[in-house]
Amino acid sequence: MSPREQYVAFITILFKEIRRYTRIWAQTLLPSAITMSLYFVIFGSLIGSRIGDMGGFDYMQFVVPGLIMMAIVTNSYSNVVSSFYGSKFNHSVEELLVSPTPNYVILMGYVLGGVSRGVLVAMIVTGVSMFFTELHIYNAFVVVAIILLTAMLFSLVGFINAIYANSFDDISIVPTFVLTPLTYLGGVFYSMDLLSEFWSNVSRLNPLVYVVNAFRYGMLGVSDVSLPFAFGMIALFTVAAFTYCMYLLNSGKRLRQ
Amino acid sequence: MITALAIENLCKVYGNGLEALKGVSLEVEKGDFFALLGPNGAGKSTTIGIICSLLTKSSGKVTVFDADIDVDFPKAKKYIGVVPQESNFNEFEKAQNILVAQAGYYGLPAKLARERSAKYLKRLGLWEKRNETSRLLSGGMKRRLMIARAMIHEPRLLILDEPTAGVDIEMRRSLWDFLREINESGTTIILTTHYLEEAEALCRNIAIIDNGRILEHSSMRALLQQLHREVFILDCVGTLPETIHLDGFNARRVDAHTLEVEVEKGRQLNTLFAALNTAKIEVSSMRNRANRLEEMFVSLVEGAA
Repeated sequence: MSPREQYVAFITILFKEIRRYTRIWAQTLLPSAITMSLYFVIFGSLIGSRIGDMGGFDYMQFVVPGLIMMAIVTNSYSNVVSSFYGSKFNHSVEELLVSPTPNYVILMGYVLGGVSRGVLVAMIVTGVSMFFTELHIYNAFVVVAIILLTAMLFSLVGFINAIYANSFDDISIVPTFVLTPLTYLGGVFYSMDLLSEFWSNVSRLNPLVYVVNAFRYGMLGVSDVSLPFAFGMIALFTVAAFTYCMYLLNSGKRLRQ
Repeated sequence: MITALAIENLCKVYGNGLEALKGVSLEVEKGDFFALLGPNGAGKSTTIGIICSLLTKSSGKVTVFDADIDVDFPKAKKYIGVVPQESNFNEFEKAQNILVAQAGYYGLPAKLARERSAKYLKRLGLWEKRNETSRLLSGGMKRRLMIARAMIHEPRLLILDEPTAGVDIEMRRSLWDFLREINESGTTIILTTHYLEEAEALCRNIAIIDNGRILEHSSMRALLQQLHREVFILDCVGTLPETIHLDGFNARRVDAHTLEVEVEKGRQLNTLFAALNTAKIEVSSMRNRANRLEEMFVSLVEGAA
Protein backbone atom coordinates (compact mmCIF):
# COMPACT_ATOMS: atom_id res chain seq x y z
CA MET A 1 0.00 0.00 0.00
CA SER A 2 1.19 3.50 -0.76
CA PRO A 3 1.60 5.93 2.16
CA ARG A 4 -1.56 7.71 1.00
CA GLU A 5 -3.55 4.44 1.03
CA GLN A 6 -2.17 3.59 4.46
CA TYR A 7 -3.28 6.98 5.72
CA VAL A 8 -6.80 6.35 4.36
CA ALA A 9 -6.89 2.95 6.09
CA PHE A 10 -5.68 4.50 9.37
CA ILE A 11 -8.29 7.29 9.25
CA THR A 12 -10.98 4.72 8.43
CA ILE A 13 -10.16 2.64 11.53
CA LEU A 14 -9.82 5.73 13.76
CA PHE A 15 -13.13 7.26 12.63
CA LYS A 16 -14.87 3.91 12.98
CA GLU A 17 -13.62 3.74 16.57
CA ILE A 18 -14.71 7.30 17.34
CA ARG A 19 -18.11 6.63 15.75
CA ARG A 20 -18.45 3.47 17.86
CA TYR A 21 -17.85 5.04 21.27
CA THR A 22 -19.76 8.24 20.55
CA ARG A 23 -22.75 6.19 19.30
CA ILE A 24 -22.89 4.47 22.71
CA TRP A 25 -21.90 7.58 24.70
CA ALA A 26 -24.16 6.62 27.60
CA GLN A 27 -21.98 3.51 28.12
CA THR A 28 -18.62 5.05 27.26
CA LEU A 29 -18.49 8.75 28.16
CA LEU A 30 -21.18 9.34 30.76
CA PRO A 31 -20.16 6.78 33.44
CA SER A 32 -16.76 8.43 34.00
CA ALA A 33 -18.39 11.82 34.50
CA ILE A 34 -20.80 10.37 37.08
CA THR A 35 -18.21 8.20 38.88
CA MET A 36 -15.72 11.04 39.09
CA SER A 37 -18.40 13.44 40.34
CA LEU A 38 -19.07 10.96 43.16
CA TYR A 39 -15.35 10.72 43.94
CA PHE A 40 -15.14 14.52 44.04
CA VAL A 41 -18.15 14.79 46.32
CA ILE A 42 -17.19 11.97 48.69
CA PHE A 43 -13.39 12.01 48.79
CA GLY A 44 -13.02 15.68 47.99
CA SER A 45 -15.79 17.64 49.65
CA LEU A 46 -17.08 15.32 52.39
CA ILE A 47 -14.12 13.25 53.61
CA GLY A 48 -11.38 15.39 52.08
CA SER A 49 -12.30 18.44 54.15
CA ARG A 50 -11.52 16.41 57.30
CA ILE A 51 -8.23 15.02 55.97
CA GLY A 52 -6.48 18.35 55.61
CA ASP A 53 -3.43 18.94 53.42
CA MET A 54 -1.75 16.24 51.38
CA GLY A 55 1.57 16.95 49.70
CA GLY A 56 1.17 20.64 50.45
CA PHE A 57 -2.28 20.99 48.81
CA ASP A 58 -5.78 20.60 50.09
CA TYR A 59 -7.02 17.06 49.61
CA MET A 60 -9.40 17.90 46.75
CA GLN A 61 -6.63 19.53 44.73
CA PHE A 62 -4.37 16.56 45.49
CA VAL A 63 -6.78 13.86 44.25
CA VAL A 64 -7.97 15.63 41.08
CA PRO A 65 -4.90 14.73 38.93
CA GLY A 66 -5.10 11.09 40.06
CA LEU A 67 -8.81 10.87 39.32
CA ILE A 68 -8.36 12.38 35.86
CA MET A 69 -5.57 9.91 35.21
CA MET A 70 -7.72 7.04 36.51
CA ALA A 71 -10.42 7.98 33.99
CA ILE A 72 -7.86 8.10 31.16
CA VAL A 73 -6.39 4.72 32.11
CA THR A 74 -9.72 2.87 32.38
CA ASN A 75 -11.28 4.47 29.29
CA SER A 76 -8.37 4.08 26.89
CA TYR A 77 -7.91 0.49 28.07
CA SER A 78 -11.55 -0.52 27.94
CA ASN A 79 -12.12 1.15 24.56
CA VAL A 80 -9.51 -0.93 22.79
CA VAL A 81 -10.10 -4.17 24.65
CA SER A 82 -13.86 -4.14 24.11
CA SER A 83 -13.72 -2.91 20.52
CA PHE A 84 -11.00 -5.27 19.31
CA TYR A 85 -12.29 -8.27 21.23
CA GLY A 86 -15.80 -7.48 19.95
CA SER A 87 -14.51 -7.53 16.38
CA LYS A 88 -12.81 -10.86 17.10
CA PHE A 89 -16.00 -12.22 18.65
CA ASN A 90 -18.24 -11.30 15.69
CA HIS A 91 -15.43 -12.06 13.23
CA SER A 92 -15.57 -8.57 11.72
CA VAL A 93 -11.83 -8.37 12.38
CA GLU A 94 -11.58 -10.55 9.26
CA GLU A 95 -12.54 -7.48 7.23
CA LEU A 96 -9.20 -5.99 8.27
CA LEU A 97 -7.19 -9.19 8.13
CA VAL A 98 -8.09 -9.92 4.49
CA SER A 99 -7.28 -6.34 3.47
CA PRO A 100 -3.78 -5.12 2.60
CA THR A 101 -3.77 -2.75 5.59
CA PRO A 102 -0.36 -3.18 7.32
CA ASN A 103 -0.40 -4.45 10.88
CA TYR A 104 1.10 -1.28 12.35
CA VAL A 105 -1.72 0.76 10.73
CA ILE A 106 -4.31 -1.56 12.29
CA LEU A 107 -2.62 -1.18 15.68
CA MET A 108 -2.28 2.59 15.43
CA GLY A 109 -5.90 2.95 14.32
CA TYR A 110 -7.19 1.10 17.37
CA VAL A 111 -4.70 2.71 19.76
CA LEU A 112 -5.45 6.25 18.57
CA GLY A 113 -9.14 5.39 18.92
CA GLY A 114 -8.46 4.50 22.57
CA VAL A 115 -6.33 7.62 23.04
CA SER A 116 -9.09 9.84 21.61
CA ARG A 117 -11.60 8.40 24.08
CA GLY A 118 -9.14 8.77 26.95
CA VAL A 119 -8.52 12.41 26.04
CA LEU A 120 -12.22 13.14 25.57
CA VAL A 121 -13.06 11.61 28.95
CA ALA A 122 -10.16 13.52 30.54
CA MET A 123 -11.68 16.75 29.22
CA ILE A 124 -15.10 15.80 30.62
CA VAL A 125 -13.71 14.83 34.03
CA THR A 126 -11.55 17.96 34.15
CA GLY A 127 -14.66 20.02 33.34
CA VAL A 128 -16.54 18.28 36.18
CA SER A 129 -13.65 18.82 38.61
CA MET A 130 -13.84 22.57 37.99
CA PHE A 131 -17.20 22.58 39.80
CA PHE A 132 -15.42 21.33 42.93
CA THR A 133 -11.99 22.93 42.93
CA GLU A 134 -9.77 25.45 41.25
CA LEU A 135 -7.80 23.97 38.37
CA HIS A 136 -3.99 24.36 38.40
CA ILE A 137 -1.69 23.73 35.46
CA TYR A 138 1.93 23.85 36.61
CA ASN A 139 3.48 22.57 33.35
CA ALA A 140 1.19 22.22 30.31
CA PHE A 141 3.76 20.24 28.31
CA VAL A 142 4.02 17.59 31.02
CA VAL A 143 0.23 17.44 31.35
CA VAL A 144 -0.34 16.91 27.61
CA ALA A 145 2.61 14.52 27.19
CA ILE A 146 1.57 12.35 30.14
CA ILE A 147 -2.06 12.25 29.03
CA LEU A 148 -1.07 11.11 25.53
CA LEU A 149 1.60 8.64 26.67
CA THR A 150 -0.64 7.10 29.32
CA ALA A 151 -3.61 6.79 27.01
CA MET A 152 -1.35 5.18 24.41
CA LEU A 153 0.22 2.78 26.92
CA PHE A 154 -3.11 1.54 28.27
CA SER A 155 -4.65 1.32 24.80
CA LEU A 156 -1.75 -0.94 23.82
CA VAL A 157 -2.19 -3.07 26.94
CA GLY A 158 -5.91 -3.28 26.15
CA PHE A 159 -5.03 -4.49 22.67
CA ILE A 160 -2.85 -7.27 24.10
CA ASN A 161 -5.69 -8.31 26.42
CA ALA A 162 -8.13 -8.34 23.47
CA ILE A 163 -5.87 -10.60 21.42
CA TYR A 164 -5.51 -13.13 24.24
CA ALA A 165 -9.15 -12.99 25.38
CA ASN A 166 -11.35 -15.98 24.56
CA SER A 167 -14.52 -14.66 26.17
CA PHE A 168 -16.07 -11.47 27.48
CA ASP A 169 -15.06 -12.65 30.98
CA ASP A 170 -11.43 -12.47 29.91
CA ILE A 171 -11.70 -8.81 29.00
CA SER A 172 -13.11 -7.88 32.40
CA ILE A 173 -10.63 -9.89 34.49
CA VAL A 174 -7.66 -7.58 33.88
CA PRO A 175 -9.53 -4.31 34.56
CA THR A 176 -11.17 -5.75 37.67
CA PHE A 177 -8.34 -7.70 39.22
CA VAL A 178 -5.26 -5.89 37.92
CA LEU A 179 -5.98 -2.39 36.67
CA THR A 180 -8.32 -1.20 39.42
CA PRO A 181 -6.12 -2.38 42.33
CA LEU A 182 -3.00 -0.92 40.68
CA THR A 183 -4.83 2.37 40.16
CA TYR A 184 -6.04 2.56 43.75
CA LEU A 185 -2.56 1.61 45.01
CA GLY A 186 -0.89 3.96 42.53
CA GLY A 187 -1.07 7.03 44.73
CA VAL A 188 -4.33 8.47 43.43
CA PHE A 189 -5.70 9.07 46.93
CA TYR A 190 -2.53 9.33 49.03
CA SER A 191 1.04 10.47 48.94
CA MET A 192 3.65 7.72 49.06
CA ASP A 193 5.25 9.59 51.96
CA LEU A 194 2.49 8.06 54.08
CA LEU A 195 3.76 4.54 53.35
CA SER A 196 6.51 2.72 55.20
CA GLU A 197 9.78 2.42 53.30
CA PHE A 198 9.05 -1.21 52.40
CA TRP A 199 5.61 -0.52 50.92
CA SER A 200 6.87 2.65 49.28
CA ASN A 201 9.53 0.56 47.49
CA VAL A 202 6.95 -2.09 46.55
CA SER A 203 4.71 0.65 45.13
CA ARG A 204 7.47 1.70 42.78
CA LEU A 205 6.95 -1.57 40.87
CA ASN A 206 3.49 -0.28 39.99
CA PRO A 207 3.51 1.58 36.64
CA LEU A 208 0.45 3.59 37.75
CA VAL A 209 2.62 5.28 40.39
CA TYR A 210 4.71 6.93 37.67
CA VAL A 211 1.67 7.88 35.59
CA VAL A 212 -0.22 9.44 38.49
CA ASN A 213 2.79 11.23 39.95
CA ALA A 214 4.06 12.59 36.65
CA PHE A 215 0.59 13.95 35.90
CA ARG A 216 0.31 15.40 39.40
CA TYR A 217 3.62 17.13 38.79
CA GLY A 218 2.22 18.62 35.55
CA MET A 219 -0.79 19.98 37.40
CA LEU A 220 0.51 20.82 40.88
CA GLY A 221 4.30 20.77 40.56
CA VAL A 222 4.73 18.01 43.20
CA SER A 223 5.58 14.35 42.69
CA ASP A 224 6.66 11.36 44.81
CA VAL A 225 8.96 10.15 42.03
CA SER A 226 11.51 11.87 39.81
CA LEU A 227 9.85 13.29 36.68
CA PRO A 228 12.52 12.17 34.16
CA PHE A 229 12.47 8.69 35.68
CA ALA A 230 8.65 8.63 35.49
CA PHE A 231 8.75 9.71 31.82
CA GLY A 232 11.42 7.13 31.13
CA MET A 233 9.41 4.34 32.74
CA ILE A 234 6.18 5.25 30.93
CA ALA A 235 8.03 5.50 27.61
CA LEU A 236 9.73 2.18 28.27
CA PHE A 237 6.42 0.44 29.09
CA THR A 238 4.86 2.00 25.97
CA VAL A 239 7.65 0.85 23.65
CA ALA A 240 7.57 -2.63 25.19
CA ALA A 241 3.77 -2.87 24.79
CA PHE A 242 3.93 -1.60 21.19
CA THR A 243 6.67 -4.10 20.32
CA TYR A 244 4.70 -6.95 21.85
CA CYS A 245 1.49 -5.92 20.02
CA MET A 246 3.39 -5.90 16.72
CA TYR A 247 4.83 -9.32 17.51
CA LEU A 248 1.33 -10.66 18.19
CA LEU A 249 -0.08 -9.15 14.99
CA ASN A 250 2.83 -10.23 12.78
CA SER A 251 2.83 -13.79 14.14
CA GLY A 252 -0.97 -13.99 13.82
CA LYS A 253 -1.22 -15.43 17.33
CA ARG A 254 -4.87 -15.85 18.39
CA LEU A 255 -5.98 -14.15 15.15
CA ARG A 256 -4.92 -16.53 12.40
CA GLN A 257 -4.87 -20.29 13.00
CA MET B 1 -2.45 -17.90 -20.58
CA ILE B 2 -2.39 -15.81 -17.40
CA THR B 3 -2.83 -17.72 -14.16
CA ALA B 4 -5.07 -16.00 -11.62
CA LEU B 5 -4.35 -18.48 -8.85
CA ALA B 6 -1.64 -21.10 -8.58
CA ILE B 7 -1.46 -23.40 -5.57
CA GLU B 8 1.45 -25.79 -5.26
CA ASN B 9 1.62 -28.62 -2.79
CA LEU B 10 -0.31 -26.74 -0.12
CA CYS B 11 -0.36 -28.38 3.30
CA LYS B 12 -2.08 -27.34 6.49
CA VAL B 13 -1.82 -28.98 9.87
CA TYR B 14 -3.87 -27.33 12.62
CA GLY B 15 -2.60 -26.93 16.16
CA ASN B 16 -4.65 -29.94 17.28
CA GLY B 17 -2.82 -32.14 14.77
CA LEU B 18 -5.62 -32.26 12.19
CA GLU B 19 -4.09 -32.50 8.72
CA ALA B 20 -6.62 -30.47 6.72
CA LEU B 21 -4.66 -30.14 3.47
CA LYS B 22 -2.27 -32.83 2.22
CA GLY B 23 -0.48 -31.34 -0.75
CA VAL B 24 -3.19 -29.51 -2.68
CA SER B 25 -2.17 -28.23 -6.10
CA LEU B 26 -4.41 -26.44 -8.57
CA GLU B 27 -4.43 -23.65 -11.10
CA VAL B 28 -7.17 -21.23 -12.04
CA GLU B 29 -6.88 -19.25 -15.25
CA LYS B 30 -7.59 -15.55 -15.47
CA GLY B 31 -11.23 -14.97 -16.39
CA ASP B 32 -12.28 -18.47 -15.33
CA PHE B 33 -15.43 -19.35 -13.40
CA PHE B 34 -14.07 -22.13 -11.23
CA ALA B 35 -15.83 -24.50 -8.84
CA LEU B 36 -14.07 -25.97 -5.81
CA LEU B 37 -16.31 -28.73 -4.57
CA GLY B 38 -16.07 -31.21 -1.76
CA PRO B 39 -18.02 -32.64 1.15
CA ASN B 40 -18.06 -30.95 4.54
CA GLY B 41 -14.60 -30.94 6.11
CA ALA B 42 -12.87 -31.71 2.80
CA GLY B 43 -10.54 -28.70 2.98
CA LYS B 44 -12.36 -26.09 0.84
CA SER B 45 -12.63 -23.40 3.50
CA THR B 46 -9.10 -24.10 4.74
CA THR B 47 -7.78 -23.56 1.21
CA ILE B 48 -9.73 -20.32 0.89
CA GLY B 49 -8.66 -19.20 4.37
CA ILE B 50 -5.00 -19.59 3.42
CA ILE B 51 -5.42 -17.74 0.10
CA CYS B 52 -6.98 -14.72 1.80
CA SER B 53 -4.68 -14.82 4.87
CA LEU B 54 -7.18 -15.81 7.55
CA LEU B 55 -5.19 -19.00 8.06
CA THR B 56 -1.47 -19.66 7.88
CA LYS B 57 -0.20 -22.48 5.71
CA SER B 58 2.10 -25.20 7.01
CA SER B 59 3.92 -25.51 3.68
CA GLY B 60 3.43 -25.01 -0.05
CA LYS B 61 3.17 -22.03 -2.33
CA VAL B 62 0.27 -19.76 -3.27
CA THR B 63 0.51 -17.19 -6.06
CA VAL B 64 -2.28 -14.75 -6.94
CA PHE B 65 -1.64 -13.34 -10.42
CA ASP B 66 1.97 -12.09 -10.08
CA ALA B 67 2.04 -11.96 -6.27
CA ASP B 68 3.50 -14.79 -4.19
CA ILE B 69 1.84 -14.58 -0.77
CA ASP B 70 5.18 -15.32 0.92
CA VAL B 71 6.84 -12.41 -0.88
CA ASP B 72 4.15 -9.72 -1.20
CA PHE B 73 0.93 -10.68 0.58
CA PRO B 74 -0.47 -7.11 0.60
CA LYS B 75 -0.29 -7.07 -3.22
CA ALA B 76 -2.00 -10.46 -3.40
CA LYS B 77 -4.69 -9.26 -1.00
CA LYS B 78 -5.45 -6.30 -3.26
CA TYR B 79 -6.26 -8.74 -6.06
CA ILE B 80 -8.64 -10.80 -3.92
CA GLY B 81 -12.22 -10.24 -2.80
CA VAL B 82 -13.63 -12.85 -0.47
CA VAL B 83 -17.19 -13.75 0.51
CA PRO B 84 -17.01 -15.95 3.61
CA GLN B 85 -19.38 -18.76 4.47
CA GLU B 86 -20.73 -17.09 7.61
CA SER B 87 -21.77 -13.50 8.16
CA ASN B 88 -18.87 -11.57 9.73
CA PHE B 89 -20.15 -8.03 10.01
CA ASN B 90 -20.17 -5.75 12.97
CA GLU B 91 -23.87 -6.28 13.64
CA PHE B 92 -24.32 -2.71 14.84
CA GLU B 93 -22.90 -0.99 11.76
CA LYS B 94 -25.12 0.30 8.99
CA ALA B 95 -24.91 -1.49 5.62
CA GLN B 96 -23.39 1.47 3.78
CA ASN B 97 -20.89 2.19 6.57
CA ILE B 98 -19.68 -1.43 6.35
CA LEU B 99 -18.93 -1.00 2.65
CA VAL B 100 -17.31 2.43 3.01
CA ALA B 101 -15.10 1.16 5.85
CA GLN B 102 -14.06 -1.88 3.82
CA ALA B 103 -13.13 0.42 0.92
CA GLY B 104 -11.03 2.45 3.36
CA TYR B 105 -9.10 -0.65 4.41
CA TYR B 106 -8.05 -0.98 0.75
CA GLY B 107 -6.99 2.68 0.69
CA LEU B 108 -9.86 3.94 -1.49
CA PRO B 109 -10.54 7.66 -0.94
CA ALA B 110 -13.83 8.51 0.79
CA LYS B 111 -15.54 9.93 -2.34
CA LEU B 112 -14.75 6.84 -4.42
CA ALA B 113 -15.75 4.61 -1.50
CA ARG B 114 -19.18 6.25 -1.31
CA GLU B 115 -19.67 5.97 -5.10
CA ARG B 116 -18.67 2.31 -5.11
CA SER B 117 -20.85 1.48 -2.13
CA ALA B 118 -23.85 3.13 -3.83
CA LYS B 119 -23.10 1.23 -7.04
CA TYR B 120 -23.00 -2.19 -5.43
CA LEU B 121 -25.83 -1.56 -2.98
CA LYS B 122 -28.06 -0.63 -5.92
CA ARG B 123 -26.82 -3.48 -8.12
CA LEU B 124 -27.50 -6.03 -5.39
CA GLY B 125 -30.87 -4.61 -4.41
CA LEU B 126 -29.80 -3.23 -1.02
CA TRP B 127 -29.97 0.52 -1.63
CA GLU B 128 -33.20 0.88 0.34
CA LYS B 129 -31.51 -0.89 3.27
CA ARG B 130 -28.32 1.20 3.24
CA ASN B 131 -29.08 2.82 6.61
CA GLU B 132 -30.19 -0.39 8.34
CA THR B 133 -27.81 -1.99 10.83
CA SER B 134 -26.65 -5.30 9.45
CA ARG B 135 -28.24 -7.35 12.24
CA LEU B 136 -31.67 -6.26 10.97
CA LEU B 137 -31.04 -7.61 7.47
CA SER B 138 -32.45 -10.97 6.38
CA GLY B 139 -30.13 -13.90 5.65
CA GLY B 140 -30.33 -13.29 1.90
CA MET B 141 -29.61 -9.59 2.33
CA LYS B 142 -26.58 -10.37 4.47
CA ARG B 143 -25.28 -12.65 1.72
CA ARG B 144 -25.70 -9.88 -0.83
CA LEU B 145 -24.06 -7.36 1.47
CA MET B 146 -21.07 -9.69 1.85
CA ILE B 147 -20.79 -9.89 -1.94
CA ALA B 148 -21.03 -6.08 -2.21
CA ARG B 149 -18.32 -5.79 0.45
CA ALA B 150 -16.06 -8.21 -1.41
CA MET B 151 -16.57 -6.22 -4.65
CA ILE B 152 -15.96 -2.78 -3.11
CA HIS B 153 -12.31 -2.64 -4.26
CA GLU B 154 -13.24 -4.36 -7.57
CA PRO B 155 -10.91 -7.34 -7.14
CA ARG B 156 -9.46 -9.32 -10.05
CA LEU B 157 -10.20 -12.58 -8.21
CA LEU B 158 -13.46 -13.08 -6.35
CA ILE B 159 -13.68 -16.07 -4.02
CA LEU B 160 -17.13 -17.09 -2.79
CA ASP B 161 -17.51 -19.69 -0.05
CA GLU B 162 -21.05 -21.06 -0.42
CA PRO B 163 -22.55 -17.69 -1.37
CA THR B 164 -26.09 -18.95 -1.96
CA ALA B 165 -26.51 -21.17 1.11
CA GLY B 166 -29.91 -20.44 2.64
CA VAL B 167 -30.93 -18.09 -0.15
CA ASP B 168 -34.31 -18.54 -1.86
CA ILE B 169 -34.45 -19.70 -5.47
CA GLU B 170 -35.37 -16.33 -6.95
CA MET B 171 -32.56 -14.57 -5.12
CA ARG B 172 -30.15 -17.35 -6.04
CA ARG B 173 -30.95 -16.87 -9.72
CA SER B 174 -30.43 -13.13 -9.45
CA LEU B 175 -27.06 -13.70 -7.72
CA TRP B 176 -26.11 -16.09 -10.53
CA ASP B 177 -26.89 -13.33 -13.03
CA PHE B 178 -24.74 -10.89 -11.08
CA LEU B 179 -21.84 -13.34 -10.88
CA ARG B 180 -22.07 -14.14 -14.60
CA GLU B 181 -22.07 -10.40 -15.35
CA ILE B 182 -18.93 -9.64 -13.34
CA ASN B 183 -17.24 -12.77 -14.70
CA GLU B 184 -17.98 -11.61 -18.27
CA SER B 185 -16.50 -8.22 -17.39
CA GLY B 186 -13.21 -9.95 -16.52
CA THR B 187 -13.33 -10.93 -12.85
CA THR B 188 -12.04 -14.43 -12.17
CA ILE B 189 -14.40 -16.28 -9.86
CA ILE B 190 -13.80 -19.24 -7.58
CA LEU B 191 -16.91 -20.72 -6.04
CA THR B 192 -17.51 -23.36 -3.42
CA THR B 193 -21.04 -24.62 -3.12
CA HIS B 194 -23.12 -27.56 -1.98
CA TYR B 195 -25.65 -26.84 -4.74
CA LEU B 196 -24.04 -28.84 -7.49
CA GLU B 197 -26.49 -27.63 -10.11
CA GLU B 198 -25.15 -24.16 -9.28
CA ALA B 199 -21.60 -25.23 -10.10
CA GLU B 200 -22.78 -27.00 -13.25
CA ALA B 201 -24.74 -23.96 -14.39
CA LEU B 202 -22.04 -21.38 -13.71
CA CYS B 203 -18.57 -22.90 -13.80
CA ARG B 204 -16.32 -23.84 -16.69
CA ASN B 205 -13.65 -25.62 -14.68
CA ILE B 206 -13.77 -27.64 -11.52
CA ALA B 207 -11.73 -29.22 -8.79
CA ILE B 208 -13.10 -31.78 -6.37
CA ILE B 209 -11.36 -31.98 -3.01
CA ASP B 210 -11.85 -34.57 -0.30
CA ASN B 211 -9.92 -35.35 2.84
CA GLY B 212 -7.36 -32.66 2.02
CA ARG B 213 -6.53 -33.96 -1.45
CA ILE B 214 -7.63 -32.95 -4.94
CA LEU B 215 -9.52 -35.89 -6.48
CA GLU B 216 -10.31 -34.28 -9.82
CA HIS B 217 -9.17 -31.12 -11.56
CA SER B 218 -10.49 -30.60 -15.07
CA SER B 219 -13.01 -28.77 -17.20
CA MET B 220 -16.66 -29.24 -16.32
CA ARG B 221 -17.35 -30.73 -19.75
CA ALA B 222 -14.53 -33.28 -19.50
CA LEU B 223 -15.69 -34.28 -16.04
CA LEU B 224 -19.30 -34.80 -17.07
CA GLN B 225 -18.23 -36.86 -20.06
CA GLN B 226 -16.81 -39.38 -17.60
CA LEU B 227 -20.33 -40.27 -16.51
CA HIS B 228 -21.15 -43.80 -17.62
CA ARG B 229 -24.84 -43.76 -16.89
CA GLU B 230 -27.85 -41.54 -16.48
CA VAL B 231 -30.92 -42.19 -14.38
CA PHE B 232 -34.35 -41.20 -15.69
CA ILE B 233 -37.60 -40.91 -13.81
CA LEU B 234 -40.63 -41.90 -15.80
CA ASP B 235 -44.18 -40.81 -14.90
CA CYS B 236 -46.42 -43.61 -16.06
CA VAL B 237 -50.04 -43.84 -17.14
CA GLY B 238 -51.96 -46.41 -15.12
CA THR B 239 -50.80 -48.46 -12.16
CA LEU B 240 -47.43 -50.18 -12.37
CA PRO B 241 -47.13 -53.87 -11.44
CA GLU B 242 -45.28 -54.74 -8.22
CA THR B 243 -42.37 -56.36 -10.09
CA ILE B 244 -41.06 -54.83 -13.26
CA HIS B 245 -38.69 -56.36 -15.76
CA LEU B 246 -37.36 -54.18 -18.57
CA ASP B 247 -35.20 -56.12 -20.99
CA GLY B 248 -31.59 -54.81 -20.80
CA PHE B 249 -32.23 -52.05 -18.24
CA ASN B 250 -32.06 -51.68 -14.51
CA ALA B 251 -35.53 -50.49 -13.48
CA ARG B 252 -36.93 -49.73 -10.03
CA ARG B 253 -40.56 -49.08 -9.11
CA VAL B 254 -40.66 -45.87 -6.99
CA ASP B 255 -44.43 -45.91 -6.48
CA ALA B 256 -47.55 -47.04 -8.32
CA HIS B 257 -47.06 -44.43 -11.08
CA THR B 258 -43.33 -43.72 -11.06
CA LEU B 259 -40.45 -45.73 -12.47
CA GLU B 260 -36.69 -45.13 -12.23
CA VAL B 261 -34.50 -46.48 -15.04
CA GLU B 262 -30.70 -46.46 -15.53
CA VAL B 263 -29.49 -45.89 -19.08
CA GLU B 264 -25.85 -46.49 -19.92
CA LYS B 265 -23.99 -43.73 -21.72
CA GLY B 266 -24.19 -44.04 -25.53
CA ARG B 267 -27.22 -46.26 -25.48
CA GLN B 268 -30.18 -45.03 -27.56
CA LEU B 269 -33.33 -44.05 -25.71
CA ASN B 270 -35.32 -45.81 -28.47
CA THR B 271 -34.24 -49.15 -26.99
CA LEU B 272 -35.67 -48.05 -23.66
CA PHE B 273 -38.99 -47.14 -25.20
CA ALA B 274 -39.02 -50.46 -27.07
CA ALA B 275 -38.52 -52.27 -23.75
CA LEU B 276 -41.27 -50.16 -22.15
CA ASN B 277 -43.63 -51.08 -25.01
CA THR B 278 -42.83 -54.74 -24.55
CA ALA B 279 -43.61 -54.44 -20.83
CA LYS B 280 -46.83 -52.58 -21.73
CA ILE B 281 -45.87 -49.52 -19.72
CA GLU B 282 -47.14 -46.18 -21.03
CA VAL B 283 -45.09 -43.09 -20.17
CA SER B 284 -46.57 -39.60 -19.88
CA SER B 285 -43.35 -37.71 -19.08
CA MET B 286 -39.68 -38.25 -18.16
CA ARG B 287 -36.83 -36.32 -16.50
CA ASN B 288 -33.30 -36.79 -15.10
CA ARG B 289 -33.25 -38.03 -11.51
CA ALA B 290 -30.50 -35.71 -10.40
CA ASN B 291 -28.07 -33.39 -12.05
CA ARG B 292 -25.16 -35.03 -13.74
CA LEU B 293 -22.51 -33.30 -11.67
CA GLU B 294 -24.06 -34.64 -8.49
CA GLU B 295 -23.76 -38.19 -9.84
CA MET B 296 -20.12 -37.60 -10.74
CA PHE B 297 -19.38 -35.95 -7.40
CA VAL B 298 -20.86 -38.81 -5.42
CA SER B 299 -19.03 -41.42 -7.45
CA LEU B 300 -15.67 -39.63 -7.03
CA VAL B 301 -16.04 -39.01 -3.32
CA GLU B 302 -17.35 -42.49 -2.60
CA GLY B 303 -14.60 -43.98 -4.74
CA ALA B 304 -11.96 -42.14 -2.73
CA ALA B 305 -13.42 -43.16 0.62
